[in-house]
Amino acid sequence: MRLTQGAFSFLPDLTDEQITRQVQYCIDKGWAVNIEFTDDPHPRNTYWELWGQPMFDVPDAAGVMFELNECRKVYGGRQYIRLSAFDATHTWESLRLSFITDRPAEEPGFALERQEIDGRSIRYTTRAYAANRPEGARY
Amino acid sequence: MNAIDKTKPAEEKRSRYSAGVMEYRKMGYWQPDYEPKDTDVIAVFRITPQDGVDEIEASAAVAGESSTATWTVVWTDRLTACDKYRAKCYRVDPVPNAPGSWFAYIAYDLDLFEPGSIANLSASIIGNVFGFKPLKALRLEDMRLPVAYVKTFDGPATGIVVERERLDKFGRPLLGATVKPKLGLSGRNYGRVVYEALKGGLDFTKDDENINSQPFMHWRDRFLYCMEAVNKAQAGTGEVKGTYLNITAATMEDMYERAEFAKSLGSSIVMIDLIIGYTAIQSMAKWARRNDMILHLHRAGHSTYTRQKSHGVSFRVITKWMRLAGVDHIHAGTVVGKLEGDPHTTKGYYDLCREDFVPQNLAHGIFFDQDWASTRKLMPVASGGIHAGQMHQLIDLLGEDVVLQFGGGTIGHPMGIQAGATANRVALEAMILARNEGRDLLNEGPEILKDAARHCLPLKQALETWKDVTFNYSSTDTPDFVPQATAAE
Repeated sequence: MRLTQGAFSFLPDLTDEQITRQVQYCIDKGWAVNIEFTDDPHPRNTYWELWGQPMFDVPDAAGVMFELNECRKVYGGRQYIRLSAFDATHTWESLRLSFITDRPAEEPGFALERQEIDGRSIRYTTRAYAANRPEGARY
Repeated sequence: MNAIDKTKPAEEKRSRYSAGVMEYRKMGYWQPDYEPKDTDVIAVFRITPQDGVDEIEASAAVAGESSTATWTVVWTDRLTACDKYRAKCYRVDPVPNAPGSWFAYIAYDLDLFEPGSIANLSASIIGNVFGFKPLKALRLEDMRLPVAYVKTFDGPATGIVVERERLDKFGRPLLGATVKPKLGLSGRNYGRVVYEALKGGLDFTKDDENINSQPFMHWRDRFLYCMEAVNKAQAGTGEVKGTYLNITAATMEDMYERAEFAKSLGSSIVMIDLIIGYTAIQSMAKWARRNDMILHLHRAGHSTYTRQKSHGVSFRVITKWMRLAGVDHIHAGTVVGKLEGDPHTTKGYYDLCREDFVPQNLAHGIFFDQDWASTRKLMPVASGGIHAGQMHQLIDLLGEDVVLQFGGGTIGHPMGIQAGATANRVALEAMILARNEGRDLLNEGPEILKDAARHCLPLKQALETWKDVTFNYSSTDTPDFVPQATAAE
C-alpha cells in the first residue's frame, strides 16, 4: 500500500527540486518549517519525532534542505519523513501545509481489527503491520 | 441619542402619544441624524414600497414593525424606555439601476435581542415585516453584528483549524462526494459507494439532504455500513476518513438518538439540514461541541428565500447566523457548478465564513465591516455540478480552506468510483503543488491537469469525459452597487 497522508501523496514522489520550491513557498509566507520522522504512521499518530526545532528563522530553502538531507542520512529508507509549515498568525496558529518527502522502501500497511460488540455494532482498531516490531526495527 | 429624552416639552410628548394613527416616521422610527453605536445591530433592507408609498415612510415602518411599533399609537410605550427600544432607520438610498427600490439602514439597540439566540434575532428582524401590506417586496440584504452580540454565541463547534488538526490534513482543500443515487440504495450498497470513494482518495463522503430513514434504508443500517466503509478505507490508506451521517429527523429526540449512535460508532462528523430550524441547529451545535463532533450543515431549502433579489433574506445573512449558531461546514456555492452563484457574491459568503475581520465590500455584497472577534472559522463547502477539469478555476476562486464535493464527478467516472476519486485527488494535489510553485492557475490550469494526467489514467479519462461540461447561466442574485455613488460611507 501507499500511505496517503499529507498534501502530495497521490503524486509521484517529489524530487528535491520540487520539495525546495514548496519549502520556499512556506518561507515566503513567513511560516516555520518543521522536519518530522516516524516508523509509526498510524493515522491518529499526531506526534512524529522532531528533527531538531522548527526552523523559524531560516532565510531560504537551502537551510531546510540541508537539514532534510541530514535527517535522511539517519532515517532515509527506514522511516517516514514529512515536512510541515507552521503559521503563527492570530486565529490560525497551526499548520498550513504538511507533506511526506520520504518513505520506507516497503509499506506493508494496516490491519483492520473488528471487535463485535452489542447489537450489530463493531469496534474498529487500525493496526500497522510494522508496529508489531519494536520501535526502530519496523521497516 | 438613546437616553430617554427628558428635554422635550411636555406638550410635544403628549401629542406624540395621543390615541390614533400616526406616520411611522413621526413616531421616532426615522432619525436621519442618528449615528449607530458600536453595540447596535444594524440591518440593511432592500425595500420596494407599493406605488404611492413614500420610501422614507416605508423604511420607518420596517424599523417600527421590526421593533416596538404597532399600527396605532399605544400609551403603554410610556411605561418603557421606548426611545431606546425603537429601531431607528437612519439612512435610505436608492438602489442603483433599480427604480422604485431603496436600501434602508436600520439600527437596533442591543437590548432588543436575547444573548446567544438566532431564534430571537431572526424573530425580531424578519419575524413580522415581510408581509407588511404597504410594501411590494422586502429583502434583508446584510446585517452588522456588533462584537458585543457576537461574543454571546459559541460559534462553530470545531472550526476550520481544529477540524484540520483532527483530520491531519493541511494545505489543500478537502475532497468529498455525495453518495448517488441519493434515494433508493440499501444500506449495504450505500456503504459500497462510501468505501470506494474514500479508498480512491476522497476525505469525506456525504449523505444527501433527503437521506434520513426511508423504507429502502433505515438510518441505523446506513450508519453501520458507512462506518464499516470509513474504517476499512482508513486502514487501506493510512489516512483519516469520514462520512457525514445525516441525523436530520422529525424531532429533537430522534436527532439526539441518531447523533449518539453516530458517536458510539466512532464517526467524526454528523450532518443536519437547514430546514430543521435555527433552534434545532443551535441545539445540535451545542451537542457537537460537547461531543468532539464536526457538524456539517446542508443548506437545504435556502433558495426559497435567498435567490431573488427583491424579496427574502440574502444568503450572506444566513451565513452570518450560521457562523454564530455554531455549525462547522456550510454549503456556500461553487460559482462554476450547476447551482446559483455569482462570483463576487459568493466571494462575499466565503469571506464571511473564513475571515476574522471582513471589511465592507459593496462589490461583494458586504455592506458593513464585520468583526468576528476570534469566532472560529466556518468551512465553506462547494458542491453541485463540479468536476476535475475545473480544478484550477475552483482553487483560484475558492482558495484552499473549502471542501470540494464532486458527487457525479466521482461516482459517474467511466472506470468506477475509486477511479473517479483518484482523478479528483490527483488533479487537486497537482494544482496545489503548481500554485505553491507560483504558477498562474487560470492560464496554465488545463496544461497542469494534462501533465498530471500523464501519470494518472483515471484523471485522463475524467478530463475526456467532462471536458465540455459547464453551467454558464446568468446569476439572479448579484450585488447592486455603483462605486462611490451610493451605500459607500
